[in-house]
Amino acid sequence: MRFLKKVGISLAAMLASLSAYADYTWNFPEPVTPMALDTLHVHNKFMVIIAIIFFVVLAIMIYSIFAHRKSKGFKAVADKAPSTAVEVFWVLVPFAILLLIDFVIMGIPAYHSVLVMEDTRDQATMVVKVTGSQWKWQYEYMDGDAQGIKFTSVLTTTEDQRYNRAPKDEHYLLEVDNPLVLPVGQKVRILMTADDVLHNWWVPQFGSARVAVPGFIRETWVQVDKAGTYRGQCKELCGKGHGYMPIVVNAIPMDEYKTWVAAKKEEQKKASEVKEMSKEDLIAQGKTVYEKNCAVCHQLTGAGLPPAFPALAGSKIATGPIFGADGKYLPDSHLDRVLNGKNVMPAWKATLNDTEIAAVITYERNSFGNTAAADPVVQPTQVKAARQ
Amino acid sequence: MSTTTVAHHDDHHDHHPTGLMRWLTTTNHKDIGTMYLTFSLIMFLVGGAMILGIRAELFKPGLQLMKPELFNQLIGVHALIMIFAALMPAATGFANWMIPLQIGAPDMALPRLNNWGFWLLPPAAILLTLPFTLALFGIGDGALATGWTFYPPLSIQGGIGVDFAIFSVHILGISSILGSINIIVTIFNMRAPGMTMMKLPLFAWGWLITAFLLVATIPVLAGAVTMLLTDRHFGTHFFDAAGGGDPILFQHLFWFFGHPEVYILLLPVWGFIPQILQTFARKPVYGYKAQVYSFWAVGALSVVVWAHHFFTAGMPVPALLYFMYSTMAISLPLAVMFFCWIKTMWKGSMSFETPMLFTVGWIILFGIGGLTGLVLADVAADAQYHNSYFVVAHFHYTLFAGGIMGMMAGVYYWLPKMTGHMYNEKLGKLHFWLTAISFNLTFIPQFFVGLAGMPRRIPDYALQFAEFNMISSTGAFILGLSQLLFVYNIISCIKGGEKATDKVWEGAQGLEWTLPSPPPYHSFTEQPVVK
Repeated sequence: MRFLKKVGISLAAMLASLSAYADYTWNFPEPVTPMALDTLHVHNKFMVIIAIIFFVVLAIMIYSIFAHRKSKGFKAVADKAPSTAVEVFWVLVPFAILLLIDFVIMGIPAYHSVLVMEDTRDQATMVVKVTGSQWKWQYEYMDGDAQGIKFTSVLTTTEDQRYNRAPKDEHYLLEVDNPLVLPVGQKVRILMTADDVLHNWWVPQFGSARVAVPGFIRETWVQVDKAGTYRGQCKELCGKGHGYMPIVVNAIPMDEYKTWVAAKKEEQKKASEVKEMSKEDLIAQGKTVYEKNCAVCHQLTGAGLPPAFPALAGSKIATGPIFGADGKYLPDSHLDRVLNGKNVMPAWKATLNDTEIAAVITYERNSFGNTAAADPVVQPTQVKAARQ
Repeated sequence: MSTTTVAHHDDHHDHHPTGLMRWLTTTNHKDIGTMYLTFSLIMFLVGGAMILGIRAELFKPGLQLMKPELFNQLIGVHALIMIFAALMPAATGFANWMIPLQIGAPDMALPRLNNWGFWLLPPAAILLTLPFTLALFGIGDGALATGWTFYPPLSIQGGIGVDFAIFSVHILGISSILGSINIIVTIFNMRAPGMTMMKLPLFAWGWLITAFLLVATIPVLAGAVTMLLTDRHFGTHFFDAAGGGDPILFQHLFWFFGHPEVYILLLPVWGFIPQILQTFARKPVYGYKAQVYSFWAVGALSVVVWAHHFFTAGMPVPALLYFMYSTMAISLPLAVMFFCWIKTMWKGSMSFETPMLFTVGWIILFGIGGLTGLVLADVAADAQYHNSYFVVAHFHYTLFAGGIMGMMAGVYYWLPKMTGHMYNEKLGKLHFWLTAISFNLTFIPQFFVGLAGMPRRIPDYALQFAEFNMISSTGAFILGLSQLLFVYNIISCIKGGEKATDKVWEGAQGLEWTLPSPPPYHSFTEQPVVK
């Protein structure tokens, strides 16, 4: 009975939610790039053609199902193979229609679409490198004023929301800390690669999807013609965080973009300055870095997910000494592991700056019940020295 | 085709062990066929239960039932089970039962090979699913979590589940190759006098092409997963760019097998669908030769179109164009087949018993799968469809509607012949309508949610996809539960029921209907002569 009640409630909730939202999308979302527009046209045309084929054939079948029934006393009429030239001609007509659809009506526009899609260079005004890694995107501006701007983009939807402990935001699973910012109306060549496994950078409103392959560079391009915020997701299964690496792109007018570039450069310059910090400041900043980058595998509690992802709480590496007598960091020490990675543990030297690495290490050595006997604090200057 | 036959019970040949030993040691084509079909039905329910877990998780946004790790394991194992342990054994089971009956042979040509081919399957299925159980005892981290496609580097990163799945695929592959060799040899050597190749029943023709495709492509899959194994454990770098390899190479090898695999699953169904149509339209198959040539054409085309499964992985423009146009060309032989099926119905004297209902429903739903496949061939649009729920819906129209619903038509068609009893017609019809309606309820929303931008293989989704997913999950549960009717109907048909006549169906044609229902243990002790 209780089960039935539950079913009843969920059915009622389902119907209520259906009528409450009723915001079904029956087609691709609004295209904002030339490629997406082209794709939408190709898709619409194709859908009309196959719908016509489907319903014409279905109508013939339904007619036959109702007319040629034994229960209506219909007697089977034997078939004859086509024999005269006229009959053979009529048999060939559907073939001709199909050839026309496949290779002319669809084939010729598809040919042009492919050429446009693969032409990543002509008239491209800037280049952005996109690197997929488990489970975030890294963006790097390769040329022009923005050259050198580089940041990672991570999901900001909280674990509480994902596990139904908090109400879900409007952009649940589709919000990040640092969106990619692109100027409107510019053709942007996108270089794509990956750190670990295959990923696929896909924003439905852009109409372009390309697999990011570790060790190779793949290319695509986007030209966002309308200002706005666009959201997409990784669409190549890349492990347990596959559903949690969204893409957010802010397309803004050129002048705003220039202001953004200047501000971002200033911010990155500041962040790269290295200074001595107090233990408390390091731990506070380290907590944020940890939650964004490390908690997905090592967990918020530092308990990890053994055997794949070891615990940090009580770990030898996170409590053992870092620096040897000569002041250089030891192999397989905490700093070595964070900088250079090992096996599944990624190398962070390219993604995090000196302050962030120092902060996260200090945080890990003073949290989860850890108390490091030697080297409880790592300073940004030491990280900088270690890089040399 | 008119036939003369001498069929009678030949009891002194029926010496065989009883109980468990009968089934372990049997070399009889009907016993082995029955085991294949039973295994297939069990695994169909196992694979179905897995996906119902997935659909329950996807009923609403948020993680309710499982962690993403388990989600990723269930989707891949569901696919491997449905393809290798449900659909393929069902086709092989029918081949074992029906090909000797249809061509007038006493048994399959290689009976011991046949026994081995079947008994490889249960260990393979256990290997595939064992890691789930091992994980409960703290050994390893569960089953294959890469999706059924094994793409590296994810599969190189994965845990012991990948190794188990690789060995399982090896064993399943050996089983398929053994079954195929047996079928090829049987069809070439054991046909009744007068049955020339162009008088061969279409089911045997479809299976012959399937068997050749299996022999050609399974070794490629076996090679690919072996390379994966050596990459994982023996330091090779076939798929690792750091050592001069290429992850995309695996996709080429995998889909060189994977695309023909689609037709491997479908060709046997295309074979018996016309036979069911002619039975219930009371009118011979239209365009027999055209259909045989279409089988050949599909078989040949299927091995030269593989790269359309990964257009977005990056390919030179000429390759994109070639794979697009060659894929579109498959629509031509398929159109011929659709034409022949409908022409067989046209001006027949049709009645709609359960097998015919499934067949007509099959033509319509498989048509949707085929037409959306044509759209997917378009490289530009494929960038949007690829790895979205649109693709999931498309291949379930081809493999659930086109594959499994086809098999169900076959089950209802031949069950009275196999058991000697009629199944419950009312329940059969109810099963059809529930299946057809809930199938559409499950997968039509997936077309739309895919177009709206929902990627496949994600354990949780953004709020705008919620309504479609809820409808889809509801449909999936009705679909899953309806299959219990199917199981009940089969079991009660085996146990008893109205006695079936030799011919069973008024319009049935072919040698299998000249034998008693059920047929004697050794089918044709004297060869029938086909005129």
